[in-house]
Amino acid sequence: MITGEQKPLQEILGIIRPYKNLLILGCGTCVKTCFAGGEDEVAVMASAVRLAYKKDGRKIDIRELTIERQCENEFIQESAGEAARSDAVLSLACGAGVQAMAKRFKDIPILPGVNTTFIGIQETEGIFTEECSGCGDCELAVFGGICPVTRCAKRLMNGPCGGSQDGKCEIDPGTDCAWAQIIDRLARLGQMDNLKKIIPPKNWNTSLSGGPRKLVREDHMI
Amino acid sequence: MKDLTLSRLHQALSQKRFAVTAECGPPRGANREVIAKKLELLRDVVDAVNVTDNQTAIVRMSSIAASAQLVEAGLEPVMQMVVRDRNRIAIQSDIMGAYALGVRNILCLTGDHQKFGSQPDAANVFDIDSINLIKTVRDMRDEGKDMSGYELDVAPRMFIGAAANPFADPFEYRILRLAKKIEAGADFIQTQCIYNMDRFREWMKRAVDAGLADKVYILAGVTPLKSSGMARYMNNNVAGIDVPEDIINRLDSFPKEKQVEEGLKMCMEDISVLREMEGVSGIHIMAIEWEAIVERIVKGIRT
Repeated sequence: MITGEQKPLQEILGIIRPYKNLLILGCGTCVKTCFAGGEDEVAVMASAVRLAYKKDGRKIDIRELTIERQCENEFIQESAGEAARSDAVLSLACGAGVQAMAKRFKDIPILPGVNTTFIGIQETEGIFTEECSGCGDCELAVFGGICPVTRCAKRLMNGPCGGSQDGKCEIDPGTDCAWAQIIDRLARLGQMDNLKKIIPPKNWNTSLSGGPRKLVREDHMI
Repeated sequence: MKDLTLSRLHQALSQKRFAVTAECGPPRGANREVIAKKLELLRDVVDAVNVTDNQTAIVRMSSIAASAQLVEAGLEPVMQMVVRDRNRIAIQSDIMGAYALGVRNILCLTGDHQKFGSQPDAANVFDIDSINLIKTVRDMRDEGKDMSGYELDVAPRMFIGAAANPFADPFEYRILRLAKKIEAGADFIQTQCIYNMDRFREWMKRAVDAGLADKVYILAGVTPLKSSGMARYMNNNVAGIDVPEDIINRLDSFPKEKQVEEGLKMCMEDISVLREMEGVSGIHIMAIEWEAIVERIVKGIRT
């Protein structure tokens, strides 16, 4: 999933300040799962904003709505009525959702209420970890299903570096060394040979380094 | 403008001399002789020599090393530095190192995307942008501090340059960006090479009207065209270059072997126009891998 966390209330109050008539729009897929932008978070955010305005003696008209996904046009359409009645939308979706909304509603400011963090998983209850950088050239087959591009702080392809100690990364004792994990995993799978050859420099052209990416599926184009 | 730096280019510009800079591209290898030959073609010809930093993202000898070789030989380098390949740590370290080696001018650039170069698979850095690079060099010089606020025992006192491209879009934004570069600390500007004189005149007028030409020395960029083929190639393939159709047609009206001379003639005509233009403090001659021609162009200017 794409993870995110809500922006601090003070920052949100600053962002919405020019507007009197606000739609707080949740997104019911990824950011709902990581507790940043589903129905529950929309309701809590709306209450917090109303309370802050009440305390300051200011007025704001807030409506709440959550759609399945803000990154898909057919779901976005469900918010068209409410969006049209608002002078701005505070989106609790990831950055893709905010931008998809902005493309759809050209005359309505779409404001981000969430900081998009990464592509990851819920490792244990309440703990989410980054697993994939979307580099566009997946080599997980070589690394036992553990991504050094994302999970090694130096993106080493022929690690580990000299800072790996007791399975932990030198940047922070709370961070697992991806390479320690890769080695454990390959040893268990009997694939340690994968690490004997030098992995050549990675082709970053397929990553964001190569410029904004576009996926074209001609077989699905109309 | 700050106190005079130790830059001879700074001194020339502050004395209102029409300054001339040229360019020296380091070799694709470790050959000192290439630099040694090129610098002799430019010795006593120009006020300073730009040393490019892996231009068009093709790996070459480092601009710091080649600049140091120029210093050693008694020439004045303008060390180009791009933010494509270094993070802020390497940038600050390299600036200090270059100054210690005698480099007194720096041109702060973004750098061509590696996609255009010989190794498009490379990751880029772009930790800071060119405007923040300018500010970093300025703060090191004027505040004597690095980006963390740490006080440097000897601050590099660079004469700080930036690039401007009057031919990039959107045109309206170009003056704003120039103003930002000046605010960040640019002392001089070298422009992209000029073929579309009408557009440059308009850009220059806006810069003068906005009071920017009083705050910075602007060196107008020129590149002599060798042929109509080169003109077409640059227009179609080099990012940010605008060669109008009438220029290409003029070259085309000459047989191939005469086009070099005509290209030079056009370059000289452009320089005489630029020389009279309000706000232009000098020219920057980018004779790509054609350093031998610079002396002839400069003689034309100085006589």
